[in-house]
Amino acid sequence: MLRIAPTFSVATPATLDEALALLARHRGEAALVAGGTDFVPNLKHGLHAPRIVIGLGGIAALRGIEFGPTEVSLGALVGIHELATHPEVAALLPSLSQAAGQIAGPQLRRMGTLGGNVCLDTRCVYINQSESWRSALGYCLKKDGDTCHVTVTGKKCVAAASNDSAPVLISLGAQVDLVGPNGLRSLPLEEFYVNDGARNTVLAEDEILTRVRVPRPGATRRMAFEKLRLRGAIDFPLLNLALAYDLDSAGVLSRPELVVGAIAARPRRVRPLPEGLLDAALVDAIAQKAFDAVRPLTNINADVDWRREMVPVLVRRAFAASRSSPEVS
Amino acid sequence: MPTRTLQHLIVNGDPHAVAVAPNHSLLEVLRYDLGLTGSKQGCDKGDCGACTVLVNGEPRLACCTLAALVPEGARIDTIEGLAGPGGRLDPVQEAFDRCGALQCGFCQPGMMLSTRALLNRTLEPTDADVREALGGNLCRCTGYTQIFEAVKVAAALARGEHVPEPHDPAPGHTVLGSRQRKTDGHLKATGAAVYTDDLSFARMLHGKILRSPHAHARIVRIDTSRALALEGVFAVLTGEALPRTYGVIPWTEDETALAVDRVRFVGEEVAAVAARDEETANAALALIEVEYEVLPALLSPEAALAPDAPSLFPGRKGGNLTKHVRLDFGDVDAALTGAHALVEGEYFFEGTAHAPIEPHCAVAEYDARGLLTLHSATQIPHYVHRTLAKVLDLPPDRVRVVQPALGGAFGGKSDPFGHEIVAARLAMMTGRPVKILLTREETFYTHRGRHPMQMHMRLAADAEGKLTGLDSKILIDGGAYSSFGLVTSYYSGQLLTAPTGFATYRFDASRAFTNKPPCGPKRGHGSVQPRFAFEIQLDKMAEKLGLDPIELRRRNDVGPDTTTVNGQRITSNGYLECLRVVEAESGWRERRGKLGFGRGLGVAGSSYISGTAYPVYPNDMPQSGVQVRLDRSGRAHVMCGASDIGQGSDTMLALIVAEELGLHPADIRVTSSDTDLSPVDLGAYSSRVTFMAGNACREAASTLGILVRDAVAAKLEVPSREVAHTPGRWFWLGDPTRGMDTRDAFVLAETAHGTLGATGGYRTDKTLGGPYRGGTIGASPAYSFTAHVAEVEVDVDTGLVHVRKIWAAHDCGFALNPTLVEGQIAGSVYMGWAETVMEEQAFAYGGPNPGLLRGPNLLDYRIPTTVEAPEIACYIVQSMDPNGPYGAKEAGEGPLHPVLPAIANAIYDAVGVRMDRLPFFPWRVHEALRAAGRAGGR
Repeated sequence: MLRIAPTFSVATPATLDEALALLARHRGEAALVAGGTDFVPNLKHGLHAPRIVIGLGGIAALRGIEFGPTEVSLGALVGIHELATHPEVAALLPSLSQAAGQIAGPQLRRMGTLGGNVCLDTRCVYINQSESWRSALGYCLKKDGDTCHVTVTGKKCVAAASNDSAPVLISLGAQVDLVGPNGLRSLPLEEFYVNDGARNTVLAEDEILTRVRVPRPGATRRMAFEKLRLRGAIDFPLLNLALAYDLDSAGVLSRPELVVGAIAARPRRVRPLPEGLLDAALVDAIAQKAFDAVRPLTNINADVDWRREMVPVLVRRAFAASRSSPEVS
Repeated sequence: MPTRTLQHLIVNGDPHAVAVAPNHSLLEVLRYDLGLTGSKQGCDKGDCGACTVLVNGEPRLACCTLAALVPEGARIDTIEGLAGPGGRLDPVQEAFDRCGALQCGFCQPGMMLSTRALLNRTLEPTDADVREALGGNLCRCTGYTQIFEAVKVAAALARGEHVPEPHDPAPGHTVLGSRQRKTDGHLKATGAAVYTDDLSFARMLHGKILRSPHAHARIVRIDTSRALALEGVFAVLTGEALPRTYGVIPWTEDETALAVDRVRFVGEEVAAVAARDEETANAALALIEVEYEVLPALLSPEAALAPDAPSLFPGRKGGNLTKHVRLDFGDVDAALTGAHALVEGEYFFEGTAHAPIEPHCAVAEYDARGLLTLHSATQIPHYVHRTLAKVLDLPPDRVRVVQPALGGAFGGKSDPFGHEIVAARLAMMTGRPVKILLTREETFYTHRGRHPMQMHMRLAADAEGKLTGLDSKILIDGGAYSSFGLVTSYYSGQLLTAPTGFATYRFDASRAFTNKPPCGPKRGHGSVQPRFAFEIQLDKMAEKLGLDPIELRRRNDVGPDTTTVNGQRITSNGYLECLRVVEAESGWRERRGKLGFGRGLGVAGSSYISGTAYPVYPNDMPQSGVQVRLDRSGRAHVMCGASDIGQGSDTMLALIVAEELGLHPADIRVTSSDTDLSPVDLGAYSSRVTFMAGNACREAASTLGILVRDAVAAKLEVPSREVAHTPGRWFWLGDPTRGMDTRDAFVLAETAHGTLGATGGYRTDKTLGGPYRGGTIGASPAYSFTAHVAEVEVDVDTGLVHVRKIWAAHDCGFALNPTLVEGQIAGSVYMGWAETVMEEQAFAYGGPNPGLLRGPNLLDYRIPTTVEAPEIACYIVQSMDPNGPYGAKEAGEGPLHPVLPAIANAIYDAVGVRMDRLPFFPWRVHEALRAAGRAGGR
């Protein structure tokens, strides 16, 4: 069996303060884990060698979904399965619910957490492999090497953001709360991600992501999530895409948001997008914009040209799904 | 060693205080600390679901759960705790056992727990609920068909409904032909079946193998001194200690257990260590220094056979050409030249892996008497036995090979493997038991998967639609060693001449060594690839001739009791009936070509061997031996070397004994695949077991049956021929009330004849096959026949091919147990479908390390889930073979063949594009659609 190297001890703090204190004490040598669905395979692959693993599962402050007057506040420990099956989330934020329901398989959705998915490490066919495989390859930019096998000449890691939650939450204008030694800071999720596959978030080594806050959408907001994969379960996205827009009673589309994931180190927000009467021509125009904006790479195990061709297909499907969803009819 | 912490868990209702290592997953704690080995390890890292357990009632993957992070006092439920008081099976277990859902049984503990969790939520799950709930549990045996059925039955049982379980034997039989549970079903349903990695012995060490990072290199130097010096390391081994070459085919023994002087593929075994635990062994591997001189990697047959290519085996006669076969039957050139219609095509099959959910594992013991025992996840203990004796230079009587329960094989556990020999040698060096469990990645390197083949075919027909000639040229990518490759080379041509015949035939096959993991036999060995090409050729020919593709096949059916163009003797042949069934059931005539753009039907057929007339090493001994003994307890014990790899051969043996001796299947114990205890059988390959071991078993059991009958007749004072039996009772046909329990009958027999035992053996007819060199390869005592119709829906926007339904009719001669036959049909259909739509063994052909296998894991190498699995309708056709046991022939491999071309032909019916290159990834289909101007989307 693929074994985990015995490099670390395990701590299970009961409060956020305890966790922060541990982080501060073991700065640079600690790893935070909630569901472990991605972290544990990465440990087995030797991608991390922490001295201490801090389990967040016992921290009550990170739990719970709160429906406020202006926003929905989701604790970092909210389970993926809980998110996918929560009736109020499905009614209010259907695209988030759809995305959560398509993450991995049933068991992993019951283990994985929203915070974990938002912080999911980037993925690449050249990095999510065993230590011996990566050694045979000669390692890569993301860890231990100096070559990117995707771009070959590039000096920046292009491992892909492969979390299904990220494009949706960005399309919904979500904010994340990060707590560190200096207290709380909040920022738009879009700014949480940076364009570096080696480390694609601004989360500091001594910070913990505590909550994701999503503005309550207005009554005219439409939304949908689409995921491209070969299997109906388990798979990470070959491409994913979240769409949100306002549609007034005259059929005019405004404030469109379109975010494409599983492309590069951070989800790509496509803009500017045209507004106006929502007809086939407008959908085509938006689909074309998305196609033009997206350049898939060989970081994912599927044909690149095809993945690009699928962007407009998913855009059209997202429009169809967003218009036909019962909440908005 | 890391500090362990005490953790309290409620496991299956029992409180446990466990000292948990921080780096251990919950799976390691359950399996190795608590001995609850029912939870299985398949993929290492959360990709397969075999380790599913319930944590506080919810299904979770134990392998991705750090045990130290499981909340104190958490309730963990494993398969061992699912049964109720007194061992009463949970409805889920009961249903899985009853419906044949437990083939190898390895993924099933996880599958059953996911099902239990589903039924805890609802007792009336919809089909979609079931597919969704089981989407994270991969099964490689069943095609999910019988699992879906089992979940329905489980739900009904859980609702308190009575679900009848009919056991209706075939006319003239008392047991055979009825639906029966497997003899080991109960063990597999409860997690009690013991697989190789479930074994643990006192003082056991763990072996790990260092593998080559290069596709082709000379080993300049190996320094193991630092590894040997590491605390906790007991032995280090390199290739020079095991220099003897071996291989499953005696004429092509070109492998060594660990590389000697040269490595020929990335992942080849180079050195090994035995240490107190796997972590220490891993640390030791990192201390072994190997200096390589990297050589050019030859990654295609074309490159390997180029005139200036360096040889993988310097000095080998023939260079990198493993085998070249050319056979001519009749004047093909004249047929092609004078053809009314000619179809020419180029086809490509990419390599695929078996990917059984159980990784390879071997545990060796060597005792003070000098007896070596190897427990191994093998499907051919006999060849492992021979190989261990040869390579380790031990007399064969000092070696024992035992195959524990096996978690899937599909041909991938047929060869003797380096890790088996290494485990044995490490045990001999250390005097302690040694276990080597391969990681999923190592299983991909061990490989022996289906050969990539480039196939060029020309097919000729006359104006009446009679096929007049086939010219087939095939280039085979063999990987680094021969394995079964000599046979593969012949099979690629020899097994194509039925059920659809042609008057003249030429085939020319070349297998080349390349710097890739060695290819070998995968379900449908050697013939799946050319069958794919040929059945598409037939579809193209039918179109050219303006004939229905089924009609073309009918016109060219070779029929029963005939000899094929290459000299194979056909006896029973139910192909026309198979065609009739799938034509009728699929609504072929009404629906084909009329389902609208995007949806279509396709047909294909095939034939396969029921074992081979000639064993892989020449000898005139029986291919299969069986021993049956019975006694006054009313129980029979059957022993046979045949390997039950999940297909149910143990059950087959038990049913035959029950049939012959008036017993219930539950009255029979089976001991199989233990070279010390069971007579020799050549193992589970080439679809030989039912035919050969079944015949051997019938001989042994019927011999005893005569003794019992005579004793009963004497007691009843009636003629022996008037004595009959049903399960549990022997009686006089003249007055069935005059009789006795089977146990009393056995007492009479033991009294009259003394201790009761008999043997049976099966010898093949050595006159079979064509009178030419190679004419014996592919010669089989009986051939099975199959026809499939596939219905597909092509998403023209994405290129995704959704296979909606497969109608599969298979002529297995006679179904000894229809439930198991249907399991083999559905599992075959699934495996072929998976190869068609998503599986591909992919390599890096450029970049920094050409020859590196891309994504050797079950996330990158995608095998299908319940969600996208097609509906599979299985139809059993019974042609009653004159030489098969009770008329039976094979069912385990034949039904795979037609799936691939049937899907290709259905795609053509749906969207009018020909897919001649496998697999049909959506990007390939999309590209073909676009080239034809038929793609949707942009």
